[in-house]
Amino acid sequence: MLLPVLLSLLLAALLVLAVGREPQEVLEKIWQGAFRNTRSFAGVLNFWIPLTLASVGLFVTFRAGLWNIGIEGQILAGAIFASAGALTFDFPPELAPLQLLLQILLGVLGGMVWAGITGALKIWLGVNEIFGGMALNALAGVWGIYLISGPWYPEGGSAQQSRPFLENALYPPLSRDWPVGLLAIVMTAVAMVLVPLIMARTRWGLQLKATGSNPRSALLLGVPTTRVAMSAFLVCGALAGIAGSYRVMFTYGSFRPLVAGGIGFLGLLVVLLSTMKPLWIPLITFVFSAILAGSTRLRVSLQLDSSLAGVLQGTLVLVFILFQGLRQRLEARRGDQAGDVSQASASSQSGLTG
Amino acid sequence: MDIELRNIHKRFGTVHANNDISVVFPAGRITGILGENGAGKSTLMKILSGYQPADTGDILVDGNASRFSSPEDAIQEGIGMLQQDPLDVGAFTTLENFVYGRPERVLPDWQAARKDLEEASAHLGFDLEAETPVERMSIALRQQLEIVRLLALGVKALILDEPTTGISAEQKQTLFAALQQLAHRDGVIILLVSHKLEDVITLCDKVVVLRDGRRIGEEDMPAPGETDPVTLEKIKSQLVHLMFGQELGPHVRLEVPLDKVVLQLENLNLRDRRLQIENLNLSLRQGEVVGLAGLDNSGQGLTMRAICGLESVSSGRVLLEGEDMTNRSYRSFLHRGVVFGAAGRLEEGLIAGLTLTEHMALVRSGRAVLDWPALESYTSESLKHYDVRGEAEDRIEQLSGGNQQRVLMALLPANPQLLILEQPTRGLDVESARWIWQQLLERREGGTAILFSSAELDELVAYSDRILVFHAGRVHEVSDVASTTIDELGYLIGGEFKQV
Repeated sequence: MLLPVLLSLLLAALLVLAVGREPQEVLEKIWQGAFRNTRSFAGVLNFWIPLTLASVGLFVTFRAGLWNIGIEGQILAGAIFASAGALTFDFPPELAPLQLLLQILLGVLGGMVWAGITGALKIWLGVNEIFGGMALNALAGVWGIYLISGPWYPEGGSAQQSRPFLENALYPPLSRDWPVGLLAIVMTAVAMVLVPLIMARTRWGLQLKATGSNPRSALLLGVPTTRVAMSAFLVCGALAGIAGSYRVMFTYGSFRPLVAGGIGFLGLLVVLLSTMKPLWIPLITFVFSAILAGSTRLRVSLQLDSSLAGVLQGTLVLVFILFQGLRQRLEARRGDQAGDVSQASASSQSGLTG
Repeated sequence: MDIELRNIHKRFGTVHANNDISVVFPAGRITGILGENGAGKSTLMKILSGYQPADTGDILVDGNASRFSSPEDAIQEGIGMLQQDPLDVGAFTTLENFVYGRPERVLPDWQAARKDLEEASAHLGFDLEAETPVERMSIALRQQLEIVRLLALGVKALILDEPTTGISAEQKQTLFAALQQLAHRDGVIILLVSHKLEDVITLCDKVVVLRDGRRIGEEDMPAPGETDPVTLEKIKSQLVHLMFGQELGPHVRLEVPLDKVVLQLENLNLRDRRLQIENLNLSLRQGEVVGLAGLDNSGQGLTMRAICGLESVSSGRVLLEGEDMTNRSYRSFLHRGVVFGAAGRLEEGLIAGLTLTEHMALVRSGRAVLDWPALESYTSESLKHYDVRGEAEDRIEQLSGGNQQRVLMALLPANPQLLILEQPTRGLDVESARWIWQQLLERREGGTAILFSSAELDELVAYSDRILVFHAGRVHEVSDVASTTIDELGYLIGGEFKQV
């Protein structure tokens, strides 16, 4: 676990040297960008919330053996549905919490609809969830662009984003020094604790695992595999929907077509890195969020593009996955119950690739 | 070439799979490796063929100590293993598969390869055709291809793992003739892993018996052509004694009164990519056992799956206690007490990566929140009752095939209406197979109807009330099993319906 991290840091350092900067300097700036004060820390959390929600959702679909690439579109659909609520409702101030809740529920609905379509395509029409998901990602993107250039076109503005939402439609910030939605933090914390618990302790969690490991055998053992796969999609979609709604109802305060911003894809990497151990997820997402939020300062202070952070992350993921593959090989070689280990690693992989 | 194994040890956790095994395999001899499931046969052969290393001990090839870290290493040293399921590539032709693994330049010399293939095939009396895609070939032909391929790679010692499973009597003769020729004329070492006494006695020069990971004994086999039944019977009982430490008593068949009709098939028409079954009619009563005979892929698998909703029915009706269940889902069959058990246990039935407790929880727990401690102790009890060598927290793939089959038995509901079992004793030794049948017959006494397929004719004759013989989608019913001989059944399976 430690070796790949060190190696990828070394590689990243070499990379920074290659663009003519001091690695230590870059690291310091990223650290400062993330943790120099409560506001910057809140910035990290604002990234951590949707990323963790999406990753926890993806943990569920991975468990069921599904590659839910469509998560990006599910986040976007959640954002669109929540935005529709935000731009329609105008509850009196004393009912503002109700409006907030309704918008979040709309976001949940949006994510679930998008995930449900992917699931239905997969289960009843045999369309692989990767292709279905990609198509629905594109569809959600086009729909978003249509909305801001059409129905949600801001008066006198340019078609970059929708009309800004009214204050009632936004998550109230915790305080001036802590600009972050408390309710969203609570929901994220609940999800990251509850979902692994449900997976480990309930029949549904076991059925997901069975379906993900070997759907044919699961069916023969009496698991309602189609219902289970569909429920995994819906749960993931719901969490993605919350993530999407948070992006529009707090981070931006309006709808933008790029609101999902690759969070879903990053979530896929997070779950890969967690090696399906869900307790690691919030930690990994926190590190990722810190790097991403922190690196925005690189441009200001070092005239380095903040996409360097993405490169650093990519290196980390690549090296880690490489090491995992090597370790599995080694274990299979060592032949501890030769057939058995390769079986196990094959099935743990099929949980990811299946 | 001679091969010697010296003091081979291999442990898997607490199981001592190979315990100080020493044995010599001289050139030009056919040696049988006999033993019940879990005796350590496969482990030993995997060590010899480079699939896994021994913990300690030596492999001597012509007196030189060798270490294999992969099957390729072993092939380099002249040792090749034929797996139970041949490791070929389905979409490619015989010739293309033959060329794999050959030290070729970038572009293979197809002309030369074809010539080699045809010569090798003719030499051994095989009928391999260069252009046939492997996916259209029977197991027997694929075995022939694999043998020819390994020999072309310079293999001087050939290991065969249960090669007679799923091939016809005629194909077996061809295979055995070829093996004898290879050993006695070409000096190849042949190792035959098997649990079939007849095969071992007919083919081998010598048999090494393993039990509980140890080498228990060695017996010379009679010369080929020995037909004296008394001698053969004597050797057989000696081998059984070595394998189990005791001799098996004869099997007694119980008469169970047949009750009301459970399953009815009316003019069933089934179709898959390879074959078509037309107008199948069958009625099965409570407590009745019907065996499905036939070569692999003659339609038994398709029929069994279609009956319980795992394959679709083109036309006709499937009635369960009079209710039309045609093309309903497997789950709705399961709810009515119809259970299917497939031949490939880890592909269809059990889930690699899940523990035994998790398997039990899937079929037994009616509650949304699982009570793991209770499930664990329930599983332990059940494992004890079914005499499974394994712990509740073991993952299923850690168990041997025989124990996996026992777990499947433990997972069955208490009183199923109808059990549909595909080769329920495939790959099991005599003792385990008998135990499985004891379990099945107990359920039959409780009124369960059983439909099973098997590649073993004696199993079909021993346990079936009626037998359906499948040949290329055609079905012939043998209703008077008691007066049917195994030979007659063999003719039917070969498609010679007229002989009976």
